Amino acid sequence: MQNFSGVGVMPGRVIGTIRHMPPALSEPPAGEKLDASVTAEQAIAGLKEAAASVQADLRTRAATASPEAKAVLEATAQMATDSMLLKGANKLINTGLSAERGIWESGETVAQMLITLGGYMAERATDVLDVRARIVAALRGVPAPGIPDSTDPFILVAEDLAPADTATLDPARVVALLTTGGGPQSHTAIIARAMGLTAIVAAKGLEVLESGTEIFVDGAAGTISTSPGDEERRAVAAWLKNAELLSVFDGEGVMADGHLVPLLANVGGGKDAVKAAAAGAQGVGLLRTEFCFLGRDTEPSIEEQVAEYRAVFDAFGSKKVVVRTLDAGADKPLPFLTDASEPNPALGVRGYRTDTTSPGVLARQLSAIATASAGSEAEVWVMAPMVSTPSEAADFAAMCADAGLSIPGVMVEVPSAALSSESILGQVSFASLGTNDLTQYTMAADRQLGPLAALNNPWQPAVLRLIELTVAGSRAEGNHKPVGVCGEAAADPALAVVLVGLGVSTLSMSARSLASVAAVLKTVTLERAGELAQLALAAPSAEAARTVVREALPALAELGL
Amino acid sequence: MSERLATIASASGLHARPAALFAEAAGALDIEVTIAPKGAPEDEALDASSILSLMTLGAAKGDEVVLRASGDGAEAALDSLVALLETDLDAV
Repeated sequence: MQNFSGVGVMPGRVIGTIRHMPPALSEPPAGEKLDASVTAEQAIAGLKEAAASVQADLRTRAATASPEAKAVLEATAQMATDSMLLKGANKLINTGLSAERGIWESGETVAQMLITLGGYMAERATDVLDVRARIVAALRGVPAPGIPDSTDPFILVAEDLAPADTATLDPARVVALLTTGGGPQSHTAIIARAMGLTAIVAAKGLEVLESGTEIFVDGAAGTISTSPGDEERRAVAAWLKNAELLSVFDGEGVMADGHLVPLLANVGGGKDAVKAAAAGAQGVGLLRTEFCFLGRDTEPSIEEQVAEYRAVFDAFGSKKVVVRTLDAGADKPLPFLTDASEPNPALGVRGYRTDTTSPGVLARQLSAIATASAGSEAEVWVMAPMVSTPSEAADFAAMCADAGLSIPGVMVEVPSAALSSESILGQVSFASLGTNDLTQYTMAADRQLGPLAALNNPWQPAVLRLIELTVAGSRAEGNHKPVGVCGEAAADPALAVVLVGLGVSTLSMSARSLASVAAVLKTVTLERAGELAQLALAAPSAEAARTVVREALPALAELGL
Repeated sequence: MSERLATIASASGLHARPAALFAEAAGALDIEVTIAPKGAPEDEALDASSILSLMTLGAAKGDEVVLRASGDGAEAALDSLVALLETDLDAV
């Protein structure tokens, strides 16, 4: 038996066989020449054959795919042998370039042409680049890039997943996700949680396992072992029994002593909101408004924005919806707002700061939120991301007042905001801790980097200390202004107990996590949570903090969380 | 060389599914058919069986395009393709 461990990001116990994600395809070197032993005619014939095999492969996959995926696969299959793509490549091969380089450049030209056309065409550019990569893989005789195709369910092992890969992740085929890189707050982890997919990130050493190896995965413990036996099979059976219990949230977050902790959902659009409301969420603690803006070359009109926000408000009746204004920049660039050439985008003009370089976008968004709110019953709160100083908070509050929005707030993601929360809360009505960015900035560790996963952990006592200070600032301010958490930390049932113990009043998370967080909160009193929070704060490391709290919460082991 | 003028009938224009269906039909023929916007020079005409060419053509509903082909069966082939373009394929 071999054992591996990483950072568990989504609980679940699974036994299955693994498949490795093929390594990303390297670009054929610029100017790569045709091999001396091959004529241009032979290379062109070889390219045609490779294209035909890619087409046949995609058509086979289309035959068994879901209706939605089928349409995409069929269209991509058609592109594989497209005359425009192949003729462009043939022309380059005739000038002496290799077939790999020829198809690479030809694909680039076509993709650029589609991107220039914008809209639907621009979206298809990704398909052209996908086909190009598949043809190059076929020419080289290596597996096609992307999630491996298999009719049987498997456990996917990857270094990390790109957003495009996660979009094609089929939960019916992939039963657990393991990455050797990435951190607990990387996009892979966020997607796994949203899909409810058992996942462990930053699990080093898995590369040595052969495809087809049977393993046991415990997503709560973050452990992986080979050669599973009876004990592991019993653990899986017990988990499946609990999983049914953990899939239902009764719609009220309450502790053992009756203390209420409203459990809200993080949502990214109308469809998401409908699902979250159905899952029992007591409101929305974070509406990410980027969904209206991403993938666009220009700012959406106020009318378009009103319709999008309205769809979310309507899903929640008269409940609370906290809208976060546009958070562009860093890993979410927008051509009309952010400067892609910044050397250090995480520390750049992002979030609320874009109002200084592109004034007007935020004011129009606030006006759209106000209009959408006026026609709905929802209790609409509005907060700005990446606020660092009380004067920024005051400016934002003034903009909200101008727009007719009465409950302004700020995200606390920057350590300076946590440290000056008393003054900041003097200017606005509430604060919401964004633990993902707060952790990244406190620890000076990029969220996306696997090697920094240990630093980039919200259990770090220094991060917990800043959360405690933010709550203390609110108490000192004197008007009982609420401090919530809307980062991934709230979705970890053990950490949720600590957050409540630190004085946080509401927790907002991916809708899938509501039931597990509620189940654990129910077993603890507020006083006990406070004691556990103190233990975590006093711990010498993130790991020690997590261990001491988990040991004091027997419900976690019983529920397999 | 035979020529036909056709008006795009599909609501979404000649992209997505309509373009895929049309390219497939053109590709299934034994002869080469080209497509060009009305009034464009003949040497700028594109391969009608290429989905990517059709997409870069960017023809919208109501736009007029010229189909050209030569050889045996060109007339009948063009007739069938014109009929396809003048059907709202989004509604099929």
